[in-house]
Amino acid sequence: MSDTLLFTVLTMAVLGLLLAVVLYFVAKKFRVEEDPRIDEVESVMPGANCGGCGFAGCRAFAENAVMSETLDGIFCPVGGNAVMKKVAEKLGREVQEKAPMVAVVRCNGTCENRPRTSIYDGCASCKVENALYCGDTGCRYGCLGNGDCERACPFGAIRVNPATGLPEVDENLCTACGNCVKACPKGIIELRTKGPKNRRMYVSCMNREKGGVARKACSAACIGCRKCEKVCPFGAITVEDNLSYIDFTKCRLCRKCFDECPTHAIRAVNFPPRPAKSAAAPAPQTAAEAVEKPGLPKAEPSTPEKKEEQK
Amino acid sequence: MSKTFRMGGVHPNDRKISNDCAIEVFPLPRRAYISMAQHLGAPATPAVNVGDKVKTGQLIGTPSGFMSANVHSSVSGTVAAVEPVADLAGNKVMSIVIDVEGDEWMPEIDRTPDIVREITLDGPAIISRIKDCGVVGLGGASFPTHIKLSPPPGKTADCLIINGAECEPYLTSDYRIMMERPEEIVLGAVIMMKALNVTRGYIGIEDNKPAAIESMRNAASGYPGIEVVVLRKKYPQGGEKQLINAVTGRSVPSMGLPIDTGAVVQNAATALAVYEAVQKNKPLIDNTITVTGQCLPESHNWLVRVGTPYSEILGAPDGIPENAAKIISGGPMMGKAVANINAPTVKANGALLLLTEEQTRRMKSSNCIRCGKCVDACPMGLEPYLLNKLSGAGKMDELEEHNVYDCIECGCCMFTCPAGIPLLDHIRQAKGEVIRIMRSRPKK
Repeated sequence: MSDTLLFTVLTMAVLGLLLAVVLYFVAKKFRVEEDPRIDEVESVMPGANCGGCGFAGCRAFAENAVMSETLDGIFCPVGGNAVMKKVAEKLGREVQEKAPMVAVVRCNGTCENRPRTSIYDGCASCKVENALYCGDTGCRYGCLGNGDCERACPFGAIRVNPATGLPEVDENLCTACGNCVKACPKGIIELRTKGPKNRRMYVSCMNREKGGVARKACSAACIGCRKCEKVCPFGAITVEDNLSYIDFTKCRLCRKCFDECPTHAIRAVNFPPRPAKSAAAPAPQTAAEAVEKPGLPKAEPSTPEKKEEQK
Repeated sequence: MSKTFRMGGVHPNDRKISNDCAIEVFPLPRRAYISMAQHLGAPATPAVNVGDKVKTGQLIGTPSGFMSANVHSSVSGTVAAVEPVADLAGNKVMSIVIDVEGDEWMPEIDRTPDIVREITLDGPAIISRIKDCGVVGLGGASFPTHIKLSPPPGKTADCLIINGAECEPYLTSDYRIMMERPEEIVLGAVIMMKALNVTRGYIGIEDNKPAAIESMRNAASGYPGIEVVVLRKKYPQGGEKQLINAVTGRSVPSMGLPIDTGAVVQNAATALAVYEAVQKNKPLIDNTITVTGQCLPESHNWLVRVGTPYSEILGAPDGIPENAAKIISGGPMMGKAVANINAPTVKANGALLLLTEEQTRRMKSSNCIRCGKCVDACPMGLEPYLLNKLSGAGKMDELEEHNVYDCIECGCCMFTCPAGIPLLDHIRQAKGEVIRIMRSRPKK
């Protein structure tokens, strides 16, 4: 009995030793030479593996960053400038600072603004619904509200608000990885600059129908009236296919378009509330002036009360 | 022993409520909205302008590519607009809107009810006449018929199959035309056999329609080479690939076309349209639409002009019962829910089905228990549970390995799933994406 035991244990031990030796030499012989900097770069990455940079995870990002000559076009949206600086340090290269971005949902189609014309009872996926029909409202361009963006977000930064049926972005969590942009079949979500003090302006609508049709489907739709285009002193606004678009690289946050928009399709985020007779007061001319009011509470202009008034 | 296809299939309750309702002619609409995209392929190009007077049967849309078809006016009157009109899914489609004035037909159309038995045209002339008359497959896919009757080079047909299976529950339009106009359907088959240069023709009918089998057998008795094949009732027998398998025993290879087996399948309603086009010179401007549902006080089989809004056919809003929750264009298995009740009919519309909320309610979906029922039910031999899982994970290469492109979207998997998983929704999504990826690859 004990002989058998001893024999077995000894055999296994000798076998293990032999194989270990073989493995040692094989590992030496077939060793893959890897740039040690790849590990170094990877160690400073956020490790979210979100794919927001366009590469398959942080490791692939590190490999590409090490292999390529410059860091142009290589940017980790999650880590932002801080991480990119570290990456540049490790590699001894220059890196350009990028303005932090945030995902923006361009749809005003809340339940009050956009009456439902049919009930969708199919599987809860925007992609599926979009393939089947125009959606459960009169607007063919608007948010379907099934939360494909929510499921695509690795950071839990975008959530569909059950009260409005629209996704809302938590700007503190959003890393602008762009997964939601890819997930949205209607192309509603856009990555825009966060803006100074997180203040930004955007046209919160994607409806390309003519004004009357768009307005009928949604009371807060962009009707392509071009008032914003005319009033913008910086030429940041263009209207194409009955839809206005604010170029965030040119916008100086003067909010003239916001005041002008007849349907309140334009949103201004994180601006302090204006004094009561704001119409008489001269609008601030530059972005620097516009944001020079710290300490005031943040306000979203599109509160439910405002929508009631519109009606 | 009646025949059926080899693999999969389900047995939904057939509920043919409108079986005994004879075809009635539906009154002309006040305004007809004639879509330019009534066929598979590129939409037709409008050939008339606003203000033009058109007659019934006049050509108003010309093909804009190889895979396209003519569109004719189904009414006479004045063109009120040429603009995008929302279809049943709410998507805008270029359409010609005609204000109806009277009913003046093009003079060359033979409107007499006499049956013309003598076929004077030869093969190529038949195909060009079918093309001119804008005939498309009326089984659902609206594949232009003239293309189907011209096999690609290197391939030859050896038989024609007329699809009279009508395997979808509720639908009775094909049944009614087989009862009322059997000889015309047989003549349509004979014409197509001449065009294809084949001597064998089959008419496949399911065994839940004994009267139609009888009627078609009588009509076909005078025509050698045409045989009525009785099929055992099973959904989706009317699927092209399933019908070929049921009637001839041959299988269409994966990624292959039905012509690879030497069979050409045409719907019974298409055969009738071919007869009317070739023998009567009448373009495809009307079709039989079953209006049915348990919540409706009475069902109908209407002969409706193309472009009539659904709302008029249903007599909306008064004609729609209060408990009707969903309107489906087509059958309950493969039909599309109507999101826009003002959408006009198109050539291939076969039915309007009204369902109550109870009938349409989806089961709450729970986890897959791997019972394998969907695998048994799939008539294409796919593994729906696996495709669903892969679709959820976005694994396009594996979906391709598992032949997702072979899915015919019959819905058997979803019908049979005891867990109520929306299998087809996800598989259809994945199929579209995989096919898009496959097409984007450079050709070898």
